[in-house]
Amino acid sequence: MNEHPEAEITLRWNEPEASYDVVIVGGGGHGLSTAYHLATRHDITRVLVLDAGYIGGGNSGRNTTVIRANYGIPEAVRFYQHSLERYRRLEEETGRSMMHDRKGLLWMAHSEAGVRRERARAAVNQAFGAETVYLEPDEIATTCPEIDLACGGGFPAVMGASFHQGATARHDRVVWALAEGAMRCGVHVAPHTAVTGLIHEHGRIVGVETPAGRVAAGTVVSAVGGNATLLADMAGVRLPIKTHPLQAFVTNRYQRRFDPIVASGDLGFYVSQTARGQMLLGAEIDRQPSYSRGSTYELLASLSHRAITVLPFMRNLRVLRQWTGSCDMSPDYSPIMGDTGVDGFLVTTGWGTWGFKAIPAGGECMAEHIATGVAPELMAPFSLDRFERDRTLADRGSSGTH
Amino acid sequence: MSMRVPCPHCGLRSIEEWVHGEIPTVPDTIVDPDRRDVDRGYMHTNVHGAVREAWFHLSGCRRWVTLWRDTRTDEWIEPPG
Repeated sequence: MNEHPEAEITLRWNEPEASYDVVIVGGGGHGLSTAYHLATRHDITRVLVLDAGYIGGGNSGRNTTVIRANYGIPEAVRFYQHSLERYRRLEEETGRSMMHDRKGLLWMAHSEAGVRRERARAAVNQAFGAETVYLEPDEIATTCPEIDLACGGGFPAVMGASFHQGATARHDRVVWALAEGAMRCGVHVAPHTAVTGLIHEHGRIVGVETPAGRVAAGTVVSAVGGNATLLADMAGVRLPIKTHPLQAFVTNRYQRRFDPIVASGDLGFYVSQTARGQMLLGAEIDRQPSYSRGSTYELLASLSHRAITVLPFMRNLRVLRQWTGSCDMSPDYSPIMGDTGVDGFLVTTGWGTWGFKAIPAGGECMAEHIATGVAPELMAPFSLDRFERDRTLADRGSSGTH
Repeated sequence: MSMRVPCPHCGLRSIEEWVHGEIPTVPDTIVDPDRRDVDRGYMHTNVHGAVREAWFHLSGCRRWVTLWRDTRTDEWIEPPG
């Protein structure tokens, strides 16, 4: 599936110049989306995007590419629903295929507590525009005949919630399309350029230091994934973030189309089929905070077991690749966007296990915030100061978190 | 890689047997009592390197142990001098 579009996309990197209006640290989905929206929506093109590695090589390339909006609180449902709708139009807008594939999402509950949780969530989803349909076990069987409804006898599926708009997209194409779109408007992108320090002046952040020299900036945006704390430390900002590994793996090809994305809150796993036919499995974050991107045998064993319990056909598949992303976990499992209390330094972080699906809306909101100085309504609740104001947004619809 | 936690009572045991406990730290630079409360409740130092942690051996000897770990590599290390 991986043939022509890559060859068509031309990405020419830039050497950083001495000064920009906006410097974005982190050339992943969120950083590039912010640059893309600054350029296309607000005509701000004196923008530099820096990345320590290659673009999209951080968590944008280390996730499980699920796009859904069935979250647990009104603020989040509205935000992710908007993001999901933007994703649907993004191929047309950028003129690039992202292999956006709407396949639906089936969320199962195997316990009374699970049923209560899913009922509450379905009610919130319905009320705020993310259409969710309730399924009885026999309807689960119709939706996805591969599922063993008894789940090995131990965890019979009691009910399911179907979120029809669930989709997946090809992660690197999303990143490339946004990079290309931004660069077409004049945005500069410099991969392999690490930020080694921030320049302070009268309590304000006025630029970044790189091995290639200093770059002055009107605004510095941290769109860093995994190492968000390290950059915030340079600015003197305390973040409520812990970095946890999240592991995933793919199997070899399953010969049939496997349609909905299947998830189980009680068993703590989800699975989708990639365009190559591989089965992609994810679970919850590792318990201990860590910056390591090592994968563990323990996760492989326990996740395989859970997958086979729900989908017995998977016992005949073999594991191809395992990888680990670094999730920035916030205490309430909601993102953190906007001002930091330090002038000239903004963050978009706390993207935990929900970053990929938020790329279009996250970048759009951050760009508007940078351009107007005011946080748009959609992102305002997710401000960093919500913790000291006692306005946290505990979201039980965030997956992989317990 | 297999991740195991060194228990002083049981030896090296799989991470699945353990519960991780953070030992929270509030920087001395924060002096205002209200701000210290916010920091204790929500903020994290999120150490990049050597960190001191409490681990509970839930599916083993059921005792708390204090260990040092390098969060860049997940290696168990000696307490820094």
